[in-house]
Amino acid sequence: MAESSEVKVLGAWPSPFVMRARIALNIKQVNYAFLEENLGEKSELLLKSNPVHKKVPVLIHGDKPICESLIIVQYIDDVWSSAPSILPSDPYDRAIARFWAAYLDEKWYPSMKGIATAQGEEAKKAVVDQVVEGFVMLEEAFVKCSKGKPFFGGDQIGYLDIAFGCFLGWIRVTEKFNGIKLIDQAKTPQLLKWADRFCQHPAVNGVMPETEKLAEFAKILMAKMRAANPPN
Amino acid sequence: MGDDKVVLLDFWPSSYGMRVRIALAEKGIKYEAREENLVDKSALLQEMNPVHKMIPVLIHNGKPISESLVIVHYIDEVWNHKSPLLPSEPYQLSQARFWADYIDKKIYSIGKRVWMGTKWEDQEVAKKELVECLKTLEGELGDKLYFGGDKFGFLDLALIPFTTWFYTYETFGSFSIENECPKLMVWATRCMQKQSVSNSLPDPHKVYDFALQLKHNC
Repeated sequence: MAESSEVKVLGAWPSPFVMRARIALNIKQVNYAFLEENLGEKSELLLKSNPVHKKVPVLIHGDKPICESLIIVQYIDDVWSSAPSILPSDPYDRAIARFWAAYLDEKWYPSMKGIATAQGEEAKKAVVDQVVEGFVMLEEAFVKCSKGKPFFGGDQIGYLDIAFGCFLGWIRVTEKFNGIKLIDQAKTPQLLKWADRFCQHPAVNGVMPETEKLAEFAKILMAKMRAANPPN
Repeated sequence: MGDDKVVLLDFWPSSYGMRVRIALAEKGIKYEAREENLVDKSALLQEMNPVHKMIPVLIHNGKPISESLVIVHYIDEVWNHKSPLLPSEPYQLSQARFWADYIDKKIYSIGKRVWMGTKWEDQEVAKKELVECLKTLEGELGDKLYFGGDKFGFLDLALIPFTTWFYTYETFGSFSIENECPKLMVWATRCMQKQSVSNSLPDPHKVYDFALQLKHNC
């Protein structure tokens, strides 16, 4: 597929996974059309482009759909292969970045979601502790990967910055709703500074939703969830 | 490359471990295989994979890499002198990764519900889901010799280990995957003709005995 073929992203503004695709395209300075999906009523284009999962994001390059956010990010890096690179150049560093991205999606994100659905204070505290434990591990990973530079990727935002940073809006909303600090000076001082740097990066600040707007959206979403599943 | 020290922390019935075995065999890489006891995890495993404490773990010159597909990517990138596993064309590469991710999301957990399931209704639901997934993958294979086309590649490697568990699924679930997905079984037989595959996979009957033992212990 030629680099110059048309690029579309099917997405939804609150989704951290969609943000990953957009940040990657921004890093490569690729123009694209953003097609906002109404997830309550998925478009025909979405259902046709991602028949297996029917989820956003989908990148459509020319007429070819690519699904799953981390796969999309790697595709973008492969196609628009001129600098700046998103994946590290060293195979071992790449393996570490991929490992932590997989950890975020498979282990960390489900426990993060668990904060909203935990029943009772004790259960909530247990899940919060799990999430914070994850952050402490990521703090250590940051020190190893960044090697003293501002991002996991070094001087520039890379794969793991994108994979992790996309969640910062939701992390801030969760902190606000629960009156807690998930990333804090005591346990994760490097991540705290990294988070601000990430959100201010030009490839990010146009697509990271404001915490207030996301909080409003979260309230509506939670109300809908409660209405659908009333407690006994 | 000649001074490389490669160690694989493994567990013989693990489909994920099998993936790495196949990749190492395809590349002709000499390595030390260390069998882990997952009930009593070694200090080495806990040190090399502190986050998950799971196999497979590849240790290359003392540096650990975990997660089977991450390991396979690493092997393909480092030992890039022969038998490329991943497609080089970006779109084909994205599709191979997509379907490998699909396999990871579905086959292991649904398969487990089939053979570990204690309630008939739950098993039936899991069976239907498993057959649906395998049919979807069969559709993706189409008329190709391998998922990768003419040559055995990443996606073939990602799926073939699970076929050693088919006998277990079929026996516990009382159904035949051959009947449901004949083309997939032709593909599996073709893959098994490769030494790198047949040397890396255990006998399905041994896998079944292992599963039976595990189920009785629960």
